Amino acid sequence: MKYLDEYRDPQAAERYVREIARIITKPRTIMEVCGGQTHAILRYGIDQLLPDKIALLHGPGCPVCVTRVELIDKAIEIALHKDVIFCSFGDMLRVPGSAKDLLSVKAEGGDIRTLYSPLDALTIARNNPSKQVVFFAIGFETTAPVNGMTVFQASRMELTNFSILNAQVLIPPAVELILSSPECRVQSFLAPGHVCTVTGFQDYERISSRYKVPIVVTGFEPLDILQGIFMAIDQLEQGKYIVENQYRRSVKRNGNTEALKLMNKVFRIVDREWRGLGEIQNSGLALTDEYSMYDAEKRFGLTYTIAEGLTDCISGLVLQGAKKPPDCPAFGKQCTPEHPLGATMVSSEGACAAYYRYK
Amino acid sequence: MCLAIPGKIISIDNSDPVMITGRVSFAGVIKEINLAFVPQAQVGDYVIVHAGFALNKIDEKEAETVFDYLNQISRQDRFEDDKS
Repeated sequence: MKYLDEYRDPQAAERYVREIARIITKPRTIMEVCGGQTHAILRYGIDQLLPDKIALLHGPGCPVCVTRVELIDKAIEIALHKDVIFCSFGDMLRVPGSAKDLLSVKAEGGDIRTLYSPLDALTIARNNPSKQVVFFAIGFETTAPVNGMTVFQASRMELTNFSILNAQVLIPPAVELILSSPECRVQSFLAPGHVCTVTGFQDYERISSRYKVPIVVTGFEPLDILQGIFMAIDQLEQGKYIVENQYRRSVKRNGNTEALKLMNKVFRIVDREWRGLGEIQNSGLALTDEYSMYDAEKRFGLTYTIAEGLTDCISGLVLQGAKKPPDCPAFGKQCTPEHPLGATMVSSEGACAAYYRYK
Repeated sequence: MCLAIPGKIISIDNSDPVMITGRVSFAGVIKEINLAFVPQAQVGDYVIVHAGFALNKIDEKEAETVFDYLNQISRQDRFEDDKS
């Protein structure tokens, strides 16, 4: 398929690997931020092709993985209501809450539907006027305009039986959290190409210059990732730290202004707690006052909080790149994709699930 | 989760100017996709699609840069070999 197959050409990949080996002089540590990149790296064995001097750390870029347990519990409580149709992307259904997951609510008779696009929830709401339809709005900046347009359209359709349970998060504050840790080992980042397709990369220019760290906005196909790694290594070898854009066919410096305009109309920036990482300032999105009537937490009067349960799971450290999945005592034993202890084993983009599948 | 794939626009319906939609072909599989964020897109353009929405038009001129860059660094490699 055009714009996919050509970026998987094994001969060009081999040439990139050779060029990387040619320029690298000492051990280097690079973090790919996005779970989609982690998945591609393990699926295509890119980590196996690279020189031993390169350590790839896997970042927190999996929205399913960083949604805190409290929100899963709230989702479950809403989904248990008799007059609710609960809509979600499929990955969220098997993420363990403190007592159960959404899939078990479905097995008990809850009306839970998995969607390809959040807009489908509006059709469901229009066709079921006696039901409350709730969409579990997870995602990074890639998905935020999509979720935002869904709320905007609900308002245009004057739907009164639609709301969202909001779990949306932003990438740059999490990158800064990782960089400001005294134990941070990351020397360079591959920034997430689809997030930057929406937002552009001016935030990353500020981070790169403040922390003196090279950042390469990178795509998701093998050649994209290899070029991104080459550019990161090349900057490290030359002692440079700027933002470079590898994923030029999709990303512009200012992002997609139409999508950003809509996002800023529907959402405002708030502090948010991440599973495994704790609270990060200015890292979440909440509905603006104009659209707050679509907030499911308000509509269902949910305010309680629950502390995260203790298990052997080290997904918080995996999400920060401090540990690798096989370092966990539960990995592949008590914790498998069929019976996950932590969210990084649930999502196909979680580092633990990717290691379990491909290693 | 941030998975987005390229597809080719085969028709556009702008009867609702706010919610422009189009039929987009993904290697022959056709889906209705929201084009509100790419108002400049035309039939025949390729777009990057995520959760039913086109996030951007693919820039055809930039699509080759992965290969141009590789050729350029390989030339540097040969140049350095010649010097040594």
